[in-house]
Amino acid sequence: MYEGPVQDLIDELGRLPGIGPKSAQRLAFHILKVETVDAERLARAITEVKARVHFCRVCWNVAEGDLCRICKDTRRDPSLVCVVEEPRDLVAIERTQEFRGRYHVLGGAISPIEGIGPDDLRIRELLSRLEPDAIREVILATNPNIEGEATAMYLARLLNPLGVRVTRIASGLPVGGDLEYADEVTLGRAFAGRREMPV
Amino acid sequence: MRLERLEVVEFRNHDGAAVEFPAGVSVLVGPNGAGKTNLLEAIGYLATLGSHRVGQDAALIRAGAASAVIRAAVQRAGRRLLVDVELRPGSGVRGRVNGAPVPRARDLLGVVRATVFAPEDLGLVRGDPEERRRFLDTLATQRLPRYHSSRQDYDRVLRQRNTLLRSAAGRLPASALATLEVWDEKLAMAGAEIWSERLRLVAALTPRVELAYQRLAGRDDLVEIAYVSSVAGTVGLDPDPAKLAQALRERLVADRSREVERGITLSGPHRDDLALALRDLPARTHASHGEAWSLALALRLGSHRLLAEEGEEPVLLMDDVFAELDRQRRDRVAEAALAAEQTIVTAAVPEELPGELNAAVFHVEPGSVQLSAGP
Repeated sequence: MYEGPVQDLIDELGRLPGIGPKSAQRLAFHILKVETVDAERLARAITEVKARVHFCRVCWNVAEGDLCRICKDTRRDPSLVCVVEEPRDLVAIERTQEFRGRYHVLGGAISPIEGIGPDDLRIRELLSRLEPDAIREVILATNPNIEGEATAMYLARLLNPLGVRVTRIASGLPVGGDLEYADEVTLGRAFAGRREMPV
Repeated sequence: MRLERLEVVEFRNHDGAAVEFPAGVSVLVGPNGAGKTNLLEAIGYLATLGSHRVGQDAALIRAGAASAVIRAAVQRAGRRLLVDVELRPGSGVRGRVNGAPVPRARDLLGVVRATVFAPEDLGLVRGDPEERRRFLDTLATQRLPRYHSSRQDYDRVLRQRNTLLRSAAGRLPASALATLEVWDEKLAMAGAEIWSERLRLVAALTPRVELAYQRLAGRDDLVEIAYVSSVAGTVGLDPDPAKLAQALRERLVADRSREVERGITLSGPHRDDLALALRDLPARTHASHGEAWSLALALRLGSHRLLAEEGEEPVLLMDDVFAELDRQRRDRVAEAALAAEQTIVTAAVPEELPGELNAAVFHVEPGSVQLSAGP
């Protein structure tokens, strides 16, 4: 145990995801060592992010105002909605510059073990967007793991009867990789999801 | 496949030990507690990423050590491969092949192949269904490395579904029903993969086990092996995953109210069993001690044959088996040991072993293994 404030800092840092007791201690001593202005800049960034950043009232992405920059952008197609689990998934898709529609951030995936059911996700909010935004297609881009797949299936069953086109992003081989290095599960899925070769 | 060299560091009672194994039969001798079985366990771990003795990896790490390492050099299809794994309590397993890290530990499966026969195997005949399921799963993983992740997926879906059923506390509101239907579908799909693979495995294994048993027992006793499904009993042997998924799906719907009431998934591969019968009687309750041993050994030797016929022959590992057998069976097991490309046997004293096992003998002490006699 260290003196009061140092131990407090270690405890707080240790609460962050992915930070164990050893890392927390290293970060705390790093902060102790840096210039006061640098430490204050970090403290300010934390305060500001809590004070100024909110969730977009349409898609639940992080936003500085009422709407996020994607929902504000009138050039984006509102009839195309890509559903993701977390804002960081949205950022990953944005980096591709491939998608010109809008998003919907669920805030997680269905997982009874973690006590997360459909009512804990922003599914009702998604349904309420269908008509006003005249949504034609919902692209399900939840993670390709057990919980993400279950969430995608749940949404597909919910949305299909409502006359919306529901699609799932493909899963398969990484571009630029070699077949011989692909694991069996990925390769098996890529096989199951094969398509006609355009000529 | 041949194991040329094994090295363990901070593994069980060994702070560090290395052995160079010849082809043919090697014998590890030493008093109880010297660490003979631990060396076999290390080889088995490389083959299956699990211990044949304990469920938790933490028990494999020497008391007070931060991690354990198992390193092996194997010769397969004319190529020499170096494999090592590092076991770290709480943070999993790190593996390398020829010095290059593999992305996931399961990518190591299939490099080292081993058949382990140990005193615990009596449980295959006498024990709970869980032991026979583990036998099938371990063997299926060696046949088809992808099975390992199918099994993990199934367990994950099962845990999610059971948690949901428990949280329903006996009644299911309409909103939770829609979620349950999704988990039903995931369970049916994941379960069918496991079920299908186990059916194929049992079909391939059965004739080989029968043959092995009849050789061991020296009699034409009728041996029956059947996969007993919690959904369809012993019928429904068509291993088509689509049909199996449909059967599982229908059962889940039929059992819904009972499952909600009890808060648990009542059918699926996690409740299945392997039925073993000798002369039309269940071996679990009717086999004599000697017959149960022969049947357990026949399951292992049959597995060994199957793996050998489908790919590289595994290393045959026999942990302290000779002391338990009568004269005739001892000779038959010695024949099997000699027939394998490479066999490693443990014994408290060399006199336990049949004389025809003309073997390299190693003396084992904690942290040291010394060759004392060549073949």
